[in-house]
Amino acid sequence: MIEFRRVTKQFPDGTVAVEDVDIVMPPHKTTVLVGSSGSGKTTLLRMINRMVDPTGGQVLIDGMDVATQDPVQLRRGIGYVMQNSGLLPHRKVIDNVATVPLLRGVGKREAYAHALELLDTVGLDRSLADRYPSQLSGGQQQRVGVARGLAVDPNILLMDEPFGAVDPIVRAELQQELLRLQGELGKTVVFVTHDIDEAFLLGDQVVIMQQGGKISQAASPAEILAHPADDFVADFVGADRGKRALHVTEVDGRNVVVDADGRPAGVLTS
Amino acid sequence: MNLFFDGIAWILDPTNWTGPGSIPERIGQHLVISAVVLVIASIIALPVGGAVGHTGRGKDLSVMVSGGLRALPTLGVLTLFALWLGIGLQAPIIALVILAIPPLLAGAYAGLESVDRRTIDAARAMGMREGQIVGRVELPLGMPIVVGGIRSATLQIIATATLAAYVADFGLGRFIFAGLKTRDYAEMLGGSILVIILALVVDGCFAITQRLVVPAGVRAAMATDLRSRPTRPRAAVGRPITEGNPE
Repeated sequence: MIEFRRVTKQFPDGTVAVEDVDIVMPPHKTTVLVGSSGSGKTTLLRMINRMVDPTGGQVLIDGMDVATQDPVQLRRGIGYVMQNSGLLPHRKVIDNVATVPLLRGVGKREAYAHALELLDTVGLDRSLADRYPSQLSGGQQQRVGVARGLAVDPNILLMDEPFGAVDPIVRAELQQELLRLQGELGKTVVFVTHDIDEAFLLGDQVVIMQQGGKISQAASPAEILAHPADDFVADFVGADRGKRALHVTEVDGRNVVVDADGRPAGVLTS
Repeated sequence: MNLFFDGIAWILDPTNWTGPGSIPERIGQHLVISAVVLVIASIIALPVGGAVGHTGRGKDLSVMVSGGLRALPTLGVLTLFALWLGIGLQAPIIALVILAIPPLLAGAYAGLESVDRRTIDAARAMGMREGQIVGRVELPLGMPIVVGGIRSATLQIIATATLAAYVADFGLGRFIFAGLKTRDYAEMLGGSILVIILALVVDGCFAITQRLVVPAGVRAAMATDLRSRPTRPRAAVGRPITEGNPE
């Protein structure tokens, strides 16, 4: 479990990135931080592995304040997946995946064998192991990034807009893949995105952030749609328009669901 | 042109290739002093440049210092130190070290600074210590530029090491100063040509090294870039959907 207690981050230039945030991220669930740029969602994520230290408040993992832990050891125990995969360009795929286990002192043979298994886990062919990142497609690079994040079998997986740089088709594929993985592995996932659809698709808990690093609402997707906390949230999730504002019309004795523009979205079966 | 041929003839004269003060001996001395200077200057400049490139701090200061050092005339520095320390190799070594520091410093910090910040951020987030980030990420990726700095420093050292002969009986400069004194212009020119050839050969070696230190993964990226380039200009098609485009 990850807990933020009254966390504030003010940068030296005076910008407040995160202000007085309280959240609990339940274990083995996916929490998605969503908001436009400048809402402090990435800053919040990076406080978990001490890539950013808060200027006020506490971040706790399973009740332990991260500030009391050595940042390097902490980071080696937490999976991190970033946009553009963040792979080391001069190292082969297999070396990238095995990096953190090797840093933690796992034997070479064991680390590489496990890295190959991880390629299977994320749906990559083992023949790609000896390629360099630049020889892979964006989607494949992102899968390698996920494999690397999982390499030490961490309890926590941090994902910072991991699918932001791939095209929509590949993104949809990767999202489904992540849902499948999460179903199998049950990690505590913290996921940052600016795409509300992605947030609703992946999140057990969705945290909507607004400018200045404040939380507007933290709830399940269904609750947010049913009871948006304020106008900002309602507007952000588009609850009253487009494909979210569905209503039922009767066609030949069956209930058809149509969206705000009158386009059919499906049939009501019960 | 005659003089030029005289110079070549002097180089080819077998009597100049044997005995004390022969061409091979002078070349050896020249290389030794150049290597000594390069090692000393590297020990001073590379760690400092590396630290500046890694932390991003002190860049202005190091630019200022290397600019200042560059402005010093080596002959003047040499004379000054020679007056202070006397005849011998100390003075030219110090003067040449001062000459070599700016390119080494610039190469080291530019090399480390050139590495994509996102790659470094990822390395840190994975749990690499700062030393590991430098050794396993920044140095391998920045190495071509660091070697470029060493290359240009070496070229300057070899060209300028002729000045060692000004205050010591050492190096290829000996032929130039001796020829000047005795009005043996063939010897003088021959010595100069030898310095030029030596500089070019060593520079060629460094050019090869510079290619060899490009990491295989980076070289692979250059190759795939050519293939994945869109056939139509981007403006006409918008953003092409080629996966893996760097954002």
